[in-house]
Amino acid sequence: MHDKTVRRRRAVLGLLVASSLILLTAYFGESAGGGLHAVQRGVVEVVSPIQEGASRALKPVRDLVGWVGDTIDAKGEVKQLRAERDALRQGAVTGAAARRENDQLRRLLNLDRSRDLTQTGPVTSRVIGQDPNVWWSQVLINKGTSDGVAVNHPVVGPEGLVGVVSTATGTSAIVTLLTDHRTAVGARIAESGVGGTIMVEAGRPTDLVLRFTTRNDEVTPGQTVITSGTESRIDRVPSLYPPRIPIGRVTRVDDPGTDDQEVHVRPFANMRRLDFVQVLTRTRNAT
Amino acid sequence: MIAFTPQLAARLVALGVAMVILQVAAVSQIELFGTNADLSPLVVAAVGLMVGSLPGAVFGFAVGLFLDLALVQTVGLSSLVYLAVGYGAGRWLELRDPQGALVPFAVGAAATAVATIGYALMQFLLGVDAPVSFLLVREILATILLNALIAGVVHAIVRRWLMPALPEDPRRRRRRAYTTGGLSPLSRS
Repeated sequence: MHDKTVRRRRAVLGLLVASSLILLTAYFGESAGGGLHAVQRGVVEVVSPIQEGASRALKPVRDLVGWVGDTIDAKGEVKQLRAERDALRQGAVTGAAARRENDQLRRLLNLDRSRDLTQTGPVTSRVIGQDPNVWWSQVLINKGTSDGVAVNHPVVGPEGLVGVVSTATGTSAIVTLLTDHRTAVGARIAESGVGGTIMVEAGRPTDLVLRFTTRNDEVTPGQTVITSGTESRIDRVPSLYPPRIPIGRVTRVDDPGTDDQEVHVRPFANMRRLDFVQVLTRTRNAT
Repeated sequence: MIAFTPQLAARLVALGVAMVILQVAAVSQIELFGTNADLSPLVVAAVGLMVGSLPGAVFGFAVGLFLDLALVQTVGLSSLVYLAVGYGAGRWLELRDPQGALVPFAVGAAATAVATIGYALMQFLLGVDAPVSFLLVREILATILLNALIAGVVHAIVRRWLMPALPEDPRRRRRRAYTTGGLSPLSRS
């Protein structure tokens, strides 16, 4: 009797392990339009309305916990924010004059291609779910293909760039965040125009890295990093992201003045506290 | 081994679905100590600790599969990890029959460690280029600590939910007999 129980237990365990491995292999082997991916989209379609309801119902709880945390954090941030305010006030005065000059020059050169976000068809969406594991790479939003959202549409939050739509169903979509190790964004330093690619290493979600700068590119902590948009003149390799969307602030530079220099950037957007985001639906290379 | 009745299966399905929805819709968005709690390993371990290795493993597999499907992750990855968590907790029940008050906390911490480290190892094995950075280690340790703190509450909720579907426990029956005025076996003899 005991032997039979042990055999049965081992058989079921083996069956479950084998099923997991078969699923893993099949998932890796198939294309994005394969059977398992289709099942995933179906499950998301079914589950997202329930998640949306649960997200709305549990918002007061999230807010309460968030308020306690914010109050503690706010005390420590006051001094830093005051210093930042003074610097920004100074910058705003300089910036206003520079902007006026810039506008005049643009009109003169007939290069008025200013891409305001209102021209990119923003669709405001509520975040209704978030990846629970420590690799936290994606969020679920309550807008899908029926609202004009499609794969590869960029997503922005109140503070700046958030990520890109990676899966879209009729009523919901999965947004792969900027802090996902699979994401790469063409970026440049706002102050100097130094260009590179923003990437992140898995397991370092608050530390973005601006790669592919050259030894002559001088970057200093405190500078702002923004999206570069499409830089190719012939538009053969268009960027997914419109230009001039804020990404983050430079925190430090490793090996400065060398070809291996790495510019570390802290993202403006807090990926764990996203309530609403905007999907930019009028971009060139959505599928 | 505990019989897998339809009532128990129904309660496990409801528990799994509710847990995943609660986790994704709320708990993942609440930041504490720079991280967020992960209910999945706690609930899977609590179920394993109450119903045994085989139902625990099946429950872990099902919860993992649901998570992978609902979050559009690599299908099969979480199933494998939570299958190990459910089976491990169940085997511990069968071999040691732990009864201490701190057992849920210890099991919760161990289950979270197995789940987070196992998930990370699987990611490395699948070719994700990630350094074992201080941030990653800190994140994993913070999640284990936070989960250990709430493991007792989660275990109590799971226990209360599953208890009506579980067969009567002789120890519990004996305790109830004392507290409700019944005679002890000693006084009867």
